[in-house]
Amino acid sequence: MTPSEYEFLKRFLKTQSGLVLSDEKQYLVESRLLPVARKAGLASLSDLIAAIQRPASNALQVSVVEAMTTNESFFFRDKTPFDNFRDTMLPELLKSRASRRRIKIWCAAASTGQEPYSLAMCLKEAGSKVAGWSFDILGTDLSSEVLDKAKAGIYSQFEVQRGLPIQMLLKYFTQKGELWQINPDMRAMVKWRKFNLLESFATIGEHDIVYCRNVLIYFDQATKIDILQKIAKLMPSDGYLVLGAAETVVGLTDAFQPVAGVRGLYQPKQSLARPMAPVTAPRFAAIGGGLAGR
Amino acid sequence: MKHCLVVDDSSVIRKVARRILEDLDFSISEAEDGKQALEACRTSMPDAILLDWNMPVMDGLEFLTTLRHESGGDKPVVVFCTTENDVAHITRAIRAGANEYIMKPFDKEIVEAKFQEVGLI
Repeated sequence: MTPSEYEFLKRFLKTQSGLVLSDEKQYLVESRLLPVARKAGLASLSDLIAAIQRPASNALQVSVVEAMTTNESFFFRDKTPFDNFRDTMLPELLKSRASRRRIKIWCAAASTGQEPYSLAMCLKEAGSKVAGWSFDILGTDLSSEVLDKAKAGIYSQFEVQRGLPIQMLLKYFTQKGELWQINPDMRAMVKWRKFNLLESFATIGEHDIVYCRNVLIYFDQATKIDILQKIAKLMPSDGYLVLGAAETVVGLTDAFQPVAGVRGLYQPKQSLARPMAPVTAPRFAAIGGGLAGR
Repeated sequence: MKHCLVVDDSSVIRKVARRILEDLDFSISEAEDGKQALEACRTSMPDAILLDWNMPVMDGLEFLTTLRHESGGDKPVVVFCTTENDVAHITRAIRAGANEYIMKPFDKEIVEAKFQEVGLI
């Protein structure tokens, strides 16, 4: 791969996905894109980069973007964001939404599904506290390949051992040979959609909780600010934003403020936020177990 | 420093586990089977036990069942670490008093995640 080819790839990824590739990421490009080249019957990265510049190469372009934006993901990754969900966000929202009895959660970089499924497990574990409530969990990602995996909910033995307690594995998964599939009732709790954070958020709609972890790091400053402000707009004034362990809003936007004493958790600044939308009839009826079916 | 007893009949596995756990700041002792492990526990109860299932002389499940009935034997956190990877085996281990369960093959990340899960790290 020549320097000019690398430059082209950087520009291409920036415009297509917002991904900012720094100069020293050649190794990453090679490890992610060589398999794509091979699958397309191309001999080298140079051939691949030439191929995506030809007309009608849309499918190949999509494969390149997907390969570059896929992350490894763990169940209950970093633990704290899920402790915060159970100990802070859920209790607060159960109080403030008592008349509506419905909470909407958006996982904005859902990848292969571990984060939304971890939240679904948290809700199951909450048991009687959430009986009669409806929960909408929306998982979106830029890559349809990872979303297919998320939807299927099938994970390797390695994947189910990172972050997932053995009791939860037994409770919520079914063994399929060497693989483990999360049970149908858990899969039914999450809705999936392909979505690019660079797009308008109008189709996403209001959400009480937004998990947007370990994805802003791929964007430049202006794009980060834009995404954070778009999230603030779709959130009621008492909503919650969850960022990754190494991420912050500080120095980026004043639309959010840190929740005191709770690491990685943010709420819209009261003066800027809009009030909660009026109560509407829930789209999904609550069921016995307390979790919305679809 | 917390102490972990590594019980496995394979010296290679013991060495791999030792290296991972020493990196995680544990002091390590080793046993080749359940009987040796039991003797070690009777001398000095470890904080944690990484336990293989299939071993000569006394297997992991028999060791665990015996340990949990001994005085002070409820204290160590026991993490099974075995090639047995089916629901029936996992369920038996948990019922016998295992705190966590690792399906081989394992790497540092898995050991770390599981030890975190049971509050050892």
